[in-house]
Amino acid sequence: MSGGVDSAVAAARMVDAGHEVVGVHLALSSNPQKYRSGARGCCTIEDSHDARRAADVIGIPFYIWDMAEEFHEGVVENFMAEYAIGRTPNPCLRCNEKIKFAAVMERAKALGFDGVATGHYAQMHETELGRVMYRAVDPGKDQSYVLAVLNTDQLAGAHFPLGDIVKDDVRKEAKARGLYVANKPDSHDICFVPSGDNAGWLRDRLGSDVGPIVDEDGTKLGEHKGAYTYTIGQRKGLGITIPAAGGEPRYVLKIEPKTNTVVVGNHEALAVSGITGEKAIWCGPVPAESTEYRGFAQVRAHGTPLPCTYSHQGGNISVALDAPLFGLATGQGLVIYDGDRVVGSATVCATE
Amino acid sequence: MSIYLDHAATVPMVDEAAQALTAQMRIVGNASSLHSDGRAVRKAVEDARMSLADMVGCEPSEIIFTGTGTEADNLAIKGFYWKAVAAHPARTTILSSAIEHHAVKDPIEWLVEHEGATSIEIPVLANGEIDLEFVRNYIAANKDSIALISVMHSNNEIGSVQPIKAIVEMAGDIPVHTDAVQSLGKIDFDFAELGITAATISSHKVGGPLGVAALILKRGLDITPVTHGGGQERDVRSGTFNAPSIVAFAAATRAALSKKDSEFTRIQSLREIAATRILAAIPDATINGVAGLPGILNISFPNTESEALLLLLDSEGISASAGSACSAGVSRPSHVLLALGRTEAEAMSSLRFSLGSTTTQSEIDRLVEVLPSVVERARAAFSVKK
Repeated sequence: MSGGVDSAVAAARMVDAGHEVVGVHLALSSNPQKYRSGARGCCTIEDSHDARRAADVIGIPFYIWDMAEEFHEGVVENFMAEYAIGRTPNPCLRCNEKIKFAAVMERAKALGFDGVATGHYAQMHETELGRVMYRAVDPGKDQSYVLAVLNTDQLAGAHFPLGDIVKDDVRKEAKARGLYVANKPDSHDICFVPSGDNAGWLRDRLGSDVGPIVDEDGTKLGEHKGAYTYTIGQRKGLGITIPAAGGEPRYVLKIEPKTNTVVVGNHEALAVSGITGEKAIWCGPVPAESTEYRGFAQVRAHGTPLPCTYSHQGGNISVALDAPLFGLATGQGLVIYDGDRVVGSATVCATE
Repeated sequence: MSIYLDHAATVPMVDEAAQALTAQMRIVGNASSLHSDGRAVRKAVEDARMSLADMVGCEPSEIIFTGTGTEADNLAIKGFYWKAVAAHPARTTILSSAIEHHAVKDPIEWLVEHEGATSIEIPVLANGEIDLEFVRNYIAANKDSIALISVMHSNNEIGSVQPIKAIVEMAGDIPVHTDAVQSLGKIDFDFAELGITAATISSHKVGGPLGVAALILKRGLDITPVTHGGGQERDVRSGTFNAPSIVAFAAATRAALSKKDSEFTRIQSLREIAATRILAAIPDATINGVAGLPGILNISFPNTESEALLLLLDSEGISASAGSACSAGVSRPSHVLLALGRTEAEAMSSLRFSLGSTTTQSEIDRLVEVLPSVVERARAAFSVKK
């Protein structure tokens, strides 16, 4: 229970479904801010009070679990390390994978609980394939992408009571249930960067290492103050003084951390038709190795599902897109769908 | 209803107090008003004041009613400090114990951070009592720089009782304040007999209502007020008299004192039984400190986290507590246990059971029955942490 409306309604629905529920707020920062100043970031002390109040109104026990150390190690440090090697990470995936459905789930099970429920928008169905995950009914809010890092064991103990409802109705339901947080704005961006200024946050920690911005021929076009402030496909804010020959816009093509170089090029150069993902995680039955399957690849939270052919071997998933995608950074999550069912995920390590 | 083993946090309101509160609540009048309505309420307040004074061994005029024990502690620490420094700018040291409650510790820290005070903490010995030699030596070497000495009468976490009289003897002219909120109604406490300058007592710890407490302040001494206004309570603490709660405070104290000795014996013996049986069932558990307060039992359970123990006990309908809760809701190791020489891990695996008026033998039986499996589960949870 973050103190937001989704987890509050999720907890209430779990109670209605007949489960014995305990609400837990995760303290993930060792130095939380007092008040929420807007919609960015989570979770402040005020958020923890909102969570407690929701639990009290619903009538369930409430505790705060300190996972600041685990979160820093598993999510924040990973975030910095990925940027330092020129990748663009998605920390929410790591948090679900290592904290919410790992550290929290393990602790809960050791204490005698059966599972963990969250306010994520996704659906769990019991099918002939077992307990599998589907997209939520609200396509605008579907969060199956960030949950695709959960393996079958983790999914066995996971509950998502909001999968069958749209966001507006969640707020109406919260109001009907007397939950004060019905009108609290959703938090967006990265929870541990409350200012929303990711580049600034990284600069404070990784320093400002000045390096060249070059074109595909190696011609120097300008300088950057930290390769981590750039991401593949980025067009704005490149800080280049020399315009391109034909006046076409330039995009970041590559980040080379060893030479601290950012490589830019035109839109065509961003085209990707093949993706390799490493460290594959399966959200249900494992497809046969070295066999081609048809499906959809999604490479961004709320990104378009891309028709593709995929196969896997040795922990890597290989995807051949039907149509090219323009701009994909390594480090992002690659999620494979079979219709609306989540097959599995991997971390993008190469594109072509 | 749970098995309530958190009497040190607060206790059930006794019937005598609830009755006194309800009766007085129906009577309108501001005790500071000139007219007959006000005077009638004033009389009730002064009757209660006299009754309390008689019970705690002070003059009625030495009682200053406040809203909470925390407020009374803040008034004592800040009031004495500001008064001392105004008269003698070099008197900026506050001598207190390493095991004070946050209501004393935090105002001292605030004065250190904002007003240039120096805080000297008296270490405690293994039994939880302050090191008197330290006090003797410190006062001998620094007599002229000490603004105030504040040492709690008995400790809320480990139950140890402090040698206040001995401190007073060493203090000479230096004012001595004691937070006695855990002592009133449970063990002997007499303001005049101790010879102290100031003391804090609290209503809800003794079976009275929340929202009223008192600073007992030696007559003739005016400290710098924290709250200014209508001039009540010797101009030291302004604010409308909370007549219903004051009246109930006195009634609760009278009720507690009438059974103090028998309850002491009864509760202490239940505590001893609990301690013996818990140590027998969980041999590597250890008791922290030596409790002079009859109901306090503070135990460390190695390789657990107190958070997990409390959650599991809560699910079994048993209410206990651990260490100092802080505003972020995340537990930190108790400074009291750390001062006692425990490691952080030991401090984070400790529970405080505080027995009281509602505690029975069958409740202790249930606690002892449930605790071994609770500890086992908490150990399992502890071992999955990397």
